[in-house]
Amino acid sequence: MTRHWNSLAFAGFAVLSLTSPAIGAGGPTLQQVKAKGFVQCGVSDGLQGFSNPDDAGNWSGIDVDVCRALAAAIFGDTNAVRFTPMTAKERFTGLQHGEVDLLSRNTTITMQRDVALNLEFTGVTYYDGQGFIVKKESGVTSANDLGGATVCTQTGTTTELNVADFFRVRGLEYKIVAFDKEAQAVEAYEQGRCDTYTTDQSGLFAIRLKLANPDAHLILPEIISKEPLGPAVRQGDDNWEDIVRWTLYAMVNAEELGVSSSNIDEMLKSENPEIRRLLGVEGSFGESLGLSNDWAVNIIRRVGNYGEIFDRNVGAGSPLKIERGYNKLWKEGGLQYAPPIR
Amino acid sequence: MKRRSDAFSSLAGDPRIRGIIAQVILLAVLAGVFGWLISNAADALSRQGKVFGFEFLNDTAGFGIIQTLVPYTERSSYGRALLVGLLNTLLVAALGIIIATVLGFLIGIGRLSQNWLIRQIATVYVETLRNLPLLLQIVFWYFAVIGSLPGPKQGYSLFGTFFLNNRGVFLPSLVLEPGSGVLAISLVLGVVLAGVIFFVARVQRLREGRSFAALPAAILALIGLPLAALIATDFPVSLSWPALKGFNFQGGVQLLPELFALLVALSTYTASYIAEIVRAGIEGVPRGQSEAALSLGLTRAQALRFVIVPQAMRIIVPPLASQYLNLTKNSSLAVAIAYPDLVSVFAGTALNQTGKAIEIILMTMLVYLSISLFTAFAMNIYNARIKLTER
Ligand SMILES: N[C@@H](CCC(=O)N[C@@H](CS)C(=O)NCC(=O)O)C(=O)O
Repeated sequence: MTRHWNSLAFAGFAVLSLTSPAIGAGGPTLQQVKAKGFVQCGVSDGLQGFSNPDDAGNWSGIDVDVCRALAAAIFGDTNAVRFTPMTAKERFTGLQHGEVDLLSRNTTITMQRDVALNLEFTGVTYYDGQGFIVKKESGVTSANDLGGATVCTQTGTTTELNVADFFRVRGLEYKIVAFDKEAQAVEAYEQGRCDTYTTDQSGLFAIRLKLANPDAHLILPEIISKEPLGPAVRQGDDNWEDIVRWTLYAMVNAEELGVSSSNIDEMLKSENPEIRRLLGVEGSFGESLGLSNDWAVNIIRRVGNYGEIFDRNVGAGSPLKIERGYNKLWKEGGLQYAPPIR
Repeated sequence: MKRRSDAFSSLAGDPRIRGIIAQVILLAVLAGVFGWLISNAADALSRQGKVFGFEFLNDTAGFGIIQTLVPYTERSSYGRALLVGLLNTLLVAALGIIIATVLGFLIGIGRLSQNWLIRQIATVYVETLRNLPLLLQIVFWYFAVIGSLPGPKQGYSLFGTFFLNNRGVFLPSLVLEPGSGVLAISLVLGVVLAGVIFFVARVQRLREGRSFAALPAAILALIGLPLAALIATDFPVSLSWPALKGFNFQGGVQLLPELFALLVALSTYTASYIAEIVRAGIEGVPRGQSEAALSLGLTRAQALRFVIVPQAMRIIVPPLASQYLNLTKNSSLAVAIAYPDLVSVFAGTALNQTGKAIEIILMTMLVYLSISLFTAFAMNIYNARIKLTER
């Protein structure tokens, strides 16, 4: 109930802010977040590497680190964040109705979601694409061999639509079994209800680790879609959108400039103007967001730069061991590219 | 002045008028609350920059559905997807109601059986199934029972015709070829003829106390007519046999594991409630009735069939109707095991892809409401028919 009143009050704020110039520092969401003392972040029900709770209920993952970075930027404290697990189906209504301040839940940016669902995507945390996993014993080695297959997947995802396109374009028969929850879809695949399970390839890597015998399964080489995964906020609060956007950009810029959690103190003394602006030694970029000028210092010191969070959660330093691939910095031939702070 | 207030107090004193005033006020309050709710929702929509409307029903759905009773492809519209989901809900509800009723009556009567073992089995059945959450039972049937069956290549087969594996049950099916229209007509005629035969027999029985053997005659009409049509048109039908091809069986009909699990769970669960209703109904018939029947020389089974059950039905039918409604509503738990029912397809996938939350939830609620009202209506008619006719 109180949640509802909160969101109502919030909606009131949102309307006010459209008509009158912003009062105080930052937009309504930032003010509300500051007042309650934490960021409420929508994450998955549990997907290793992205957002996953351990036995003690501590969340970790690359999506979780984006939320923690945001908390660090606002409060200087990575624990000033609470997580709301959401199924693929629930996530957008949850965000729209103010249950969470942002979604950081392996969510693909699509035009429909941006335009018709009135969300704003603030950047790409992970460039992904949809793949298939099969049992090795099936003898299938390519997605093109999947004609006639039964495919397990999760409802409310882009996956459900891509798979229809994939088979339709090739004129192949298929049967789709779409579950509400990922755990059940995977269980059904493992039991043999389906010949293949399909989702974002990163998700396949995560899921394979959880299967009884990971080596008995093969992730097919084909990528059948573009899945740029990134955080989303509600439309209508530009300041909040900016804060979330530049939190991610700050991490990518930090990697590009060689600033990391281990060398941040030396970097604070750097003469490089780009680094000085990033770390708030010069300029007042933090203040123009409604934060303090050392916002990015807090992010990098407490969470790390983009390379660090990638490596720790999904890359070489994690059990998933996913290659950087498209997620390399643009200078290294990848797609990760953040506009400059100036 | 005085007279007017007198008139007013006498008006207000009149219980009929007072009743009307109270109802008008209640109606106004209700209308106000609804108006407020609707304007609130409209406000919320316009704040989010959305417009309320149903045009999306014509847009291309773009997703696949595994069980479609009417033609549907990814290119069909959301409106079509709604129909597919609705029919899937109706299918599981209708089959579930039939199975639950038969099972419920058997177990309910079993609870009153003279036989100790049967009585115990029926009691254990009722107490177990009624006391376990339905969702748990659905998931159990799906993952623990069907999920542990072998795959299509190692699955069970009966005479190489029926197959059972973790992809479901496969049966041969009839394929109609051109020219089979005559067969369809003969089938309909057969049903009509059988109805007429029963009617005539009933009229004769009421008038003369006995009648010709209606059942064999009706069966002859039901089978003989289509058979004659088949012979006359040189068999324009063929059988499609399920056969393992590639990943799965092709041909024949497939009963999906999702449908099977949902159906078994829903009907065995609801049967436990129906059994209790049946038992209460039978126990509600005064003991003297069965004693009288037995002393007239009827056997126990005859007494049950001709004396007890007809009277018990009057007690059974109203609560039975509400079990039917429950079963239909409970079928929306289908999402848990990927059965493509109305909630899963329309209030799930379609809602998520379009973002038309208010429209879709409203429509879904309306559909369930209509199904429920229709079921209640049908049961009321039946109830009226079996009511004690007072002379
Ligand atoms: N990126 C896709 C798929 C996202 C998605 O929901 N993936 C599943 C499978 S990897 C998942 O995260 N499930 C975890 C959960 O439901 O909590 C989308 O945005 O639609």
